[in-house]
Amino acid sequence: MGVDISVSLSGLTLDNPVIPASGCFGYGKEFSELYDINILGSFSIKGTTKHPRFGNPTPRIAETPSGMLNAVGLQNPGIDVVATNHLAYMGRYFNKKVIANISGFSIEEFVYCAQKLDSIEQIGIIEVNISCPNVHGGGIAFGTDANSAAEVTRAVKAVTKKPIYIKLSPNVTDITEIAVACENAGADGLSLINTLLGMRIDLKKRRPLLANKTGGLSGPAVFPVALRMVYQVYEAVKIPIMGMGGISSAADVIEMMMAGASAVQIGAATLKNPYICKEIIERLPLEAERLRITNLKDIIGVAHL
Amino acid sequence: MVVKYRILSNTHIAKDIYEMCLSGNTEKITNSGQFINIQLDGFFLRRPISVCDITDDGLIIIYKILGDGTRYMSTLSAGDKLDAVTGLGNGFDIKKSGNKPLLIGGGVGVPPLYLLAKRLIAVGKTPSVILGFGCADEVFYKESFEALGCETVVTTVDGSMGVKGFVTDAVKGFDYDYIFTCGPPLMLKAVYDKTQTDGQFSFEERMACAIGACMGCTCRTKKGYKRLCKDGPVLSREEIIWE
Repeated sequence: MGVDISVSLSGLTLDNPVIPASGCFGYGKEFSELYDINILGSFSIKGTTKHPRFGNPTPRIAETPSGMLNAVGLQNPGIDVVATNHLAYMGRYFNKKVIANISGFSIEEFVYCAQKLDSIEQIGIIEVNISCPNVHGGGIAFGTDANSAAEVTRAVKAVTKKPIYIKLSPNVTDITEIAVACENAGADGLSLINTLLGMRIDLKKRRPLLANKTGGLSGPAVFPVALRMVYQVYEAVKIPIMGMGGISSAADVIEMMMAGASAVQIGAATLKNPYICKEIIERLPLEAERLRITNLKDIIGVAHL
Repeated sequence: MVVKYRILSNTHIAKDIYEMCLSGNTEKITNSGQFINIQLDGFFLRRPISVCDITDDGLIIIYKILGDGTRYMSTLSAGDKLDAVTGLGNGFDIKKSGNKPLLIGGGVGVPPLYLLAKRLIAVGKTPSVILGFGCADEVFYKESFEALGCETVVTTVDGSMGVKGFVTDAVKGFDYDYIFTCGPPLMLKAVYDKTQTDGQFSFEERMACAIGACMGCTCRTKKGYKRLCKDGPVLSREEIIWE
């Protein structure tokens, strides 16, 4: 009896592998008003850039079969405000290490953000988003080319002592090529997958439904794609993987870990059910026991021969 | 908080318009103009629907069939359960109202004004009401507002009931010192342009989380970026930026 559901990421021990994904949990404040978010393994803050951003015009959200599209476009108040306000006050409602998600439109912007965060005690991991599909001229541009991905990785790694996890895009021909490039450039781990590029058309208006025309697909619809990519990347690299994409149950968490994830992030499901992470954490030991798992760490990558 | 409501009735009250009575906890709903976010089987995102009235053991919502989700809602019947996140949004602030408020609703923008009217009456500020619709078949709740004691004028675009034209064509007939309005964006803009008093405008937008976390429904205002789900859906005249 008693299932050990703790996991470890680059020397950081998490009570459980459940981590709300960036962009789906804000800075945690709204959810802390619903339940004690200290039960989480950790969470990844809203993607932050050097300069404040409004993001894209609305509509930014569209529904899809078993999922949704978003084209928020990295709305955030800028790294300086996030560091001095949001992160400084986070301790009032969250007392664990947090994952800081950063993005940029140039190497210099990624570096600026990483430097700014390096001395903040509460940050356990810096997650480098080179895969946002909803901004133009940055974001995903770094994540679809192995050389650029390696260059960002090296530059960020050089200015911070924190572990850095590179968040990869699924919108590439071969995700393992990018993953290996990041590993070779010094990444401590990888986060995958970001959203898949998609779109919908408003039939009455005969125009794209999203103001940005395209958006990122997430939700249960993408789970098998995410699982496949985590599985492939696990075989290609030695660094730990945070697996994400459509996870919405304790069984999904276990499946993603069997594919090779050391921890998981939960995105779209938190938007549909704000209590989903709490429910999954409560369910996880029972689900593990049902599958005769005594230590969750034992199943990481177990699906590989 | 998430509440499992029980459907007491789901009644077709006008063209494509349904009134649904729900039984369940309403303690988080403090203001008129707030909304609940409803989960529907087979649909990923919840549907945000404004609160029309608070009853002894629950609430009433009114919705229009606008897509597959609301069409599915119209097939639900008494006894069915409905999972909803409740008490969302800022709602109307009646403390800011003058003594002679005018409520202007268009289509499915009408429902939140009903609870608002009751709350205003409770503090001795009985409002006048303009309800705008496309045609007579679409009109609902005229008698309900009249039963509260509100002077109520209906406008229809085709003139099949009440004043022919838009809500703004009926405004000049009223003596008012404050407005509360909810309706389609073009109507809100027209009301903004054709009235001068202070007022509160309730907007709608496609939402995902509806609790202020995902930034899916942000708009620019003169007081900075606001999330319509959390900092809205009600904005004051002085902060609105039309884009």
